[in-house]
Amino acid sequence: MSHVVKPYGDTQDDGKVQLSFTLPIEWSEAGDEVARQLAGKMGLRDAQVVEGRRIATGFSFFVVYGSTAHGVDVDSVKVPSAREHAMSMEEVDAFVAERIGRKIRVAGACIGTDAHTVGIDAILNMKGYKGDYGLERYHAFETYNLGSQVAVEELVRFAKSKRMDALLASQAVTQKGSDVKNFTALGELLEAEGVRDDVVLICGGPRVTNRLATELGYDAGFGRGTLPSEVAAFIAVRLDERLRAAARG
Amino acid sequence: MELRIDRSTVNRCRDLAAAIVSPVEAFIAEHSTVSVERAVLRLLGVDGVTPHEVPLPNAILDALPPGDRSGGVAIAFGKALAETGLEPAALGEAIAVGRCRLDEFATTPEAAARGALRPHVDAALARLATQRDERAAMLERLPQLAPPLLYVIVASGNIYEDRTAAVAAAEAGAQIVAVIRSTGQSLLDFVPFGPTTEGFGGTYATQANFRIMRAALDEASEKLGRYVMLTNYASGLCMPEIAAMAAIERLDMLLNDSMYGILFRDINMQRTFVDQHFSRMLNARSGIIINTGEDNYLTTADAVSQAPAVLASQFINEEFAHRAGLPDRQIGLGDAYEIDPDLEDSLLYQLAQAQLARDIFPEAPLKYMPPTKHMTGDIFKGHLIDAMFNLTSVATGQTIHLCGMPTEAIHTPFLGDRALSLDNARYVMNAARHLGDEILLRPGGKIERRAQSVLAESESLLQRVAEMGLMRAIEDAVFADVSRSPEGGRGFDGVFRRAPDYFNPFEDALRPAREVAV
Repeated sequence: MSHVVKPYGDTQDDGKVQLSFTLPIEWSEAGDEVARQLAGKMGLRDAQVVEGRRIATGFSFFVVYGSTAHGVDVDSVKVPSAREHAMSMEEVDAFVAERIGRKIRVAGACIGTDAHTVGIDAILNMKGYKGDYGLERYHAFETYNLGSQVAVEELVRFAKSKRMDALLASQAVTQKGSDVKNFTALGELLEAEGVRDDVVLICGGPRVTNRLATELGYDAGFGRGTLPSEVAAFIAVRLDERLRAAARG
Repeated sequence: MELRIDRSTVNRCRDLAAAIVSPVEAFIAEHSTVSVERAVLRLLGVDGVTPHEVPLPNAILDALPPGDRSGGVAIAFGKALAETGLEPAALGEAIAVGRCRLDEFATTPEAAARGALRPHVDAALARLATQRDERAAMLERLPQLAPPLLYVIVASGNIYEDRTAAVAAAEAGAQIVAVIRSTGQSLLDFVPFGPTTEGFGGTYATQANFRIMRAALDEASEKLGRYVMLTNYASGLCMPEIAAMAAIERLDMLLNDSMYGILFRDINMQRTFVDQHFSRMLNARSGIIINTGEDNYLTTADAVSQAPAVLASQFINEEFAHRAGLPDRQIGLGDAYEIDPDLEDSLLYQLAQAQLARDIFPEAPLKYMPPTKHMTGDIFKGHLIDAMFNLTSVATGQTIHLCGMPTEAIHTPFLGDRALSLDNARYVMNAARHLGDEILLRPGGKIERRAQSVLAESESLLQRVAEMGLMRAIEDAVFADVSRSPEGGRGFDGVFRRAPDYFNPFEDALRPAREVAV
């Protein structure tokens, strides 16, 4: 069984998409044609340049509609989700009290030179995000928000000295792959220090996906719109699995 | 549009701000920092790097005998100038490579040092005056469009790409261009050197980069027939040095807050208070408009509940700025459009807050920051929120308007994003140009009540801070729920107590008249 989908404009399988882009050319009618041909090379049929104009000397902006010839089989796509252990704050607290029997020690930080703490604050701070309380509010967690611009070495040192159960690394700046570099550096240093398996390692940020996280050897990755309770539930369940596996030897 | 607010409360808030700042000012007068001293060297004409890439001002400070630091670098440097007969730039290089040592001239009389410094101090002050006059002349000849002045950022990491983006933005309607710094530069205790082509989330602030961008914008200004302003960041550990470089290269605005670095970058508070004062004295003389950072209170916490903190910070920033000699027309107090767009009547709260700042600081070129916290990958919704921000800005008469980008939460702006954003702002502001003049706010209505309650809460916040003292209040997490200790944070080791014979020739020349009278 396959279930191939194409974009939906106003008719099933019409494949309609919109896109906009800037070209480094002076606008002219030929410019519109350049944009149309470019859309064609992207695989769009019946591309229409619905807007083309000069936005600065040597630069033009275009809006294009067209129909993509391509479709994707929905059933062939499997994406591991880190958000599947849905529990409320009360449920997480009860789960941890019963199964782990102590507070889980969690540290979070914006690593590297990144100073954008909005994400890590939303997950950790008492107030939380969208009415969903942050981890500081849980009985189940002992939370350390190390803030912004925390060196990877500093986070690892902290994790070792305070015996953290879970680490949350946040990155908002993604220019030139700096986020991936920092996440990788953290994972490698934890490995080198021999403590990788002692922590539930999580990364987060507006551009983070769980797929990226697993590729980097993290336990999970959380992207935009993540609620604190989703992270809380993941940490609780994963740590419980870890501890039980360890107990079984 | 005008709010009926209690003017006596406003006056009390200003008195409280004065009471808060006075003890800090006394502290400032007794201290200096390595970055203040490095700024002195830069103003004297020291620039460049050692063969090991250490900026010369840093190398000279490092070469200063430890006992001499408390007297200020100027005397030691001045003695060497007197004895060697070298120009400051050449002397700087000689010291950096070890051809000349500052402790060789300990017996040289101070009068000789002062005499040797004098022509270089005069030349530096003349250079600041030349740039200030040049700006004034250009503004006269190439007048800006009416405010809100549309302000955009460029941040590719490569100064040459930034230059392309800045010129394109100016053509698309931008009146102010800010080059965002590479993330983390605020924590460097030196200023990088030379043109730079790599950075993360921004481009390094260097004097060469300032010059490249100024030249490009001057050319664009002539072509467009309106002066395009240039902005950078005098924040972090090198506030005074950046202020010196900006003055020399004729930047027009600098981000410069009296508390931002302490709260949001964990920079030591003593360092920040001393640094902000000297940098603001330089800004005052250079005609540079400062932009304060109150938007940060709103991006890190709930914007509705933080409104009184914003206003309190505006009063404190205003007072610190006045004491450094900045006139109201150079004090761009900050605010931001950060209330949750899903909140009913969010627009009313935004109008109340923006108009409140306008009424309380009528002469200040208010800096209005766009929505960031509630921007998502939904660029279409984002464009709409930005339009509401634009409407609020024009209706309440904001002066410096940082244009919001539909792609705010996604990437540093693309060239096309800036063009869309400027289009949005120009459309809304043109369509609603005189809307504010036509609106009478309903007495006792929601907007007025909100403004009054923010003002009242701000007064009680300032009262608390005045009772505790500013440093203690920061330690007790009164601002932004962040606690910082007076000896904690970055850069504390660069703060030192002045010796009785401390000498900073620029401070003496720049000190505001009011202080001299005291």
